[in-house]
Amino acid sequence: MSAVEAVAAAPGRRLRRRHRTVGALPKLTALLILAVIVLMPVYVLVVTSLKTVTETDVSHAWSLPGVWTTEAWSEAWRQLSPYLENSMELVIPATVLSTLLGSLNGFVLSKWRFPGADVVFTFFLFGMFIPYQAVMIPLAQLFDHVSFPQGIPRLIFAHVVYGIPITALIFRNYYATIPNDLMEAARMDRAGMFRTFWSVVLPISMPAFVVAAIWQFTSIWNDFLFAVFVVTDPNQWPVTVALNNVTGSMVTPYNLQMAAALLASLPTLLVYVLLGRYFMRGLMAGALKG
Amino acid sequence: MRRIRRWGPGLLLVSPSIVLIAVFVYGLIGWNVRVSLSNWRQAQPHYHYAGAQAYRDLNEDTVWWGWNVKHLVIFTAVFIVGTLIVGWTLAFLLDKGVRGEGFFRAVYLFPMAVSFIASGIVWRWLMNPAPGDRETGLNAIFDKLGLHALANQWYLGQNWGMAAMAMPAIWALSGYVMALFLAGFRGVPEELREAARMDGASELRVYRHVVFPHLRPVTLAALIILGHISIKVFDLIVAIGGKQVVTMVPAVYMWINIYDAHDYAKGAAIATLLLLAISVLVVPYLVYTVRQERQT
Amino acid sequence: MSHLARRFALVSAFVLLFALPAASAAKTSAPTTVKAGCELSVFSWWTGGGEAAGLAKLINIWNAQHKSCPFKNETVAGGAGTNAKAVLAQRLAAHNPPDSFQGHAGKELLDYIKAGQVVPIDSIYKEYGFDKIMPKSLISQITYKGHLYSVPVNIHRANVLWYNPRILAKAGIKTAPTTWAQFIADLKAVKAKVPGVTPLSLGEQWTQKHLFETVLISTLGPSGWNKLWTKGGNWNSAGVKTAIARFDDLLEHYTNSDAASLTWQDAGKLVIDGKAAFNIMGDWQDGYFSGTTKGGNLAKKPGVDYKWAAVPGTDGVYDWLSDSFTLPKGAPHPAVAKQWLAFLGSQKAQDTFNPVKGSIPARQDAKTSLYGPYLKWALTQWKSDTLVGSLTHGVVASNAWNSAIDTALGVFVQTHESSTFQKALVAAHGKNA
Repeated sequence: MSAVEAVAAAPGRRLRRRHRTVGALPKLTALLILAVIVLMPVYVLVVTSLKTVTETDVSHAWSLPGVWTTEAWSEAWRQLSPYLENSMELVIPATVLSTLLGSLNGFVLSKWRFPGADVVFTFFLFGMFIPYQAVMIPLAQLFDHVSFPQGIPRLIFAHVVYGIPITALIFRNYYATIPNDLMEAARMDRAGMFRTFWSVVLPISMPAFVVAAIWQFTSIWNDFLFAVFVVTDPNQWPVTVALNNVTGSMVTPYNLQMAAALLASLPTLLVYVLLGRYFMRGLMAGALKG
Repeated sequence: MRRIRRWGPGLLLVSPSIVLIAVFVYGLIGWNVRVSLSNWRQAQPHYHYAGAQAYRDLNEDTVWWGWNVKHLVIFTAVFIVGTLIVGWTLAFLLDKGVRGEGFFRAVYLFPMAVSFIASGIVWRWLMNPAPGDRETGLNAIFDKLGLHALANQWYLGQNWGMAAMAMPAIWALSGYVMALFLAGFRGVPEELREAARMDGASELRVYRHVVFPHLRPVTLAALIILGHISIKVFDLIVAIGGKQVVTMVPAVYMWINIYDAHDYAKGAAIATLLLLAISVLVVPYLVYTVRQERQT
Repeated sequence: MSHLARRFALVSAFVLLFALPAASAAKTSAPTTVKAGCELSVFSWWTGGGEAAGLAKLINIWNAQHKSCPFKNETVAGGAGTNAKAVLAQRLAAHNPPDSFQGHAGKELLDYIKAGQVVPIDSIYKEYGFDKIMPKSLISQITYKGHLYSVPVNIHRANVLWYNPRILAKAGIKTAPTTWAQFIADLKAVKAKVPGVTPLSLGEQWTQKHLFETVLISTLGPSGWNKLWTKGGNWNSAGVKTAIARFDDLLEHYTNSDAASLTWQDAGKLVIDGKAAFNIMGDWQDGYFSGTTKGGNLAKKPGVDYKWAAVPGTDGVYDWLSDSFTLPKGAPHPAVAKQWLAFLGSQKAQDTFNPVKGSIPARQDAKTSLYGPYLKWALTQWKSDTLVGSLTHGVVASNAWNSAIDTALGVFVQTHESSTFQKALVAAHGKNA
């Protein structure tokens, strides 16, 4: 276990008592106040989603429902649930594929380097910054030119491609913290590139996988732009397009909007809760330290 | 020859990604630049070379410098500085460990999971600038707490409206930056801290001279990631402020030009300028990283 | 996790990621239960409220009459179709059009017409007699170079003044104002006698453009307005200057300061809640005011909780806009699409759709009994008023022109620099007329 990982584990009670800069109580108070501030918008979302239509306008933003009702939730479920399956079909393969690709790229760019590896890395990174709205039309046409299978497969492909830069960044920085002695040892054993990756690097990549997976899951699940441009068949749309249809039309029943918004974010929140602690461990092991 | 056999496989493994990025990123950037220099100013495509006419038109646009660019600069500055400060503070508070650290981390990370399309409407309510009797949102809270001076116009403010617009963005990204900094704090080997303490340094001194210098790479990475989000910001602005001039930013103006006015060349010019602005941010990071690699 | 478990997880992930998209691809290519290939794909932005409900009724009728070619509803929401139009642009560019798509009748369709993306449908008008039953001035305003390119399903009116009768009573106003001077006097009365109430409620930028449009029509009159949109139109005139001054007057003295943060419904609700006296908005406001709460509306009584009149100075002028449907070039099922357009122009379709949507038919033979109080009034006005096309809703100006005006107005609302605004309007005319 590296020095980094030793430290990354809980600091230990001994430290807490001896080397505080801020006392425990003021710290806890500050954290609680900040937590309340952070949760305020969530409170408004939840509370509004449980109101009847007549109570939902901006002047009643803070008040608890006079009449508690789940009618907005059932309507939101009715409108969104047909699309949840599409989102699942999109996010799971796209996340798995792009993290795998990222780990391979990150490995090569940090540990199995070739001349110009840094240039290639730069080349990838710059791709992160392209403003997608400007290129949606030619992108969709590119797919048509090569007769790529329509619908969700196109979306998976698009997210994997545009996820190459960020996943490469995450994995490259993570692998950079692997001591070179490990690589040397593998070389001594005359292990080739794949062997080294499979037996030495991959087994310790879990934290980076989780970091990359959480990032990709979030951005792919919440993506609207690609979904609405690349997938033309409404039956194949992911949940964010349906969410936009709920929230974006002429008359906007706010309780329905908020219920739909919460419903659409539940899977991502679930992923966060389940994998949250791996996320922290992953970062602490240098996934994004730069 | 042996050397090539060493790194050859690596290059081969990465080459599919290189090809994909070349086509889907650089190919499209190239298309975009070409359109920005063309005479495609209406719905039908026209690819005749027209020089920098679109850029000139953009330069003379009333809304470009005084609104789009100004708004983006204010938003970017407040967003980046705000997120760094809040994220750093959260990490600092959590660094030495506290009861319920897992709970706090989860709470602070939550906002990143909620898409702006969803949280936009809530923030519009919170930042509502209604005056007098109709006061609501955060202004109402301020009044109740007796903090009347804090009640303001939020994102409708003449000069600093975009600073208020940065608030939801800070809310969403602080948790992530907190995680980055926490990793940075905890990535400092304990031996170094102990050594400084042995030398008689107070805990604050330990932070200043041992821990903070280690945070430079983390800060730079955070800067890059926040910067690229900020320059492309679209969903947040549209969800809260719609496509109005009062909250106009380049990405929204680009949409308006391309999809509403069908002025493809001008929209492409905006995209190209955004990319140029972004490359100003990326290049220093990469130079720094490369230099760092060479040192280790 | 053990070595073995990790490898197993990786392998199953690989399998999963190929299986799922394959499954979804299989799902899409599975044959439907109808004759292979025949369906009517219609693209619109009607995703909520009365529009979705009205569309649903039309779909039912269509499906009952065309069992072999069912309706495929392709909708993308976004205020006034902002997202839908973008997606549509991409589909048209990719030569993958729907069988029909929604667009505002008038110059908004010009981009599609000039790009050759929609085909003329004069034959449908002749065959089904639409040219005889729809008002002549309407038809001439949607004819481009002698051809017609869309069938209007409905007509909305933009120059409507909505007001709260109780607030007006409190301010001592007996009847709705009919001239601009009376209007300003009334606004002043509200400000003086009913403190805390906004005289004229206003919403975000597009509603401000909507307001400006009605001020222009009121100041210039219908022929002056129509002239503005021709090559010879003079935006530098004293009339336009007066209109800008009147608009500025409204903005600075009689409207709510938080307008940019309100939607059109929010602004309308202020009137219903007694927090504002007047509101100028198209007649979809009536649908919001009087519709059922289940649809997110306010379920108020027309004529009691709220009343309406023409915008002061525009009585006898119908500032119209219309949702219409087109026939794209290269539509997958052109014969069926033509049937759809013919259906849309029929009395049955228009009298089914419009009462629910909250608009009136483009045809002049509507069954008045089907319509609510406001719409009954609108129907009578439609028969006799002078028709002028709306700017904000795409009748008189092309997309580029509209966008230029929009930007200029957005700046004006912030800076209140009238001469700069007028110069920008002149420039927009020069570039786009």
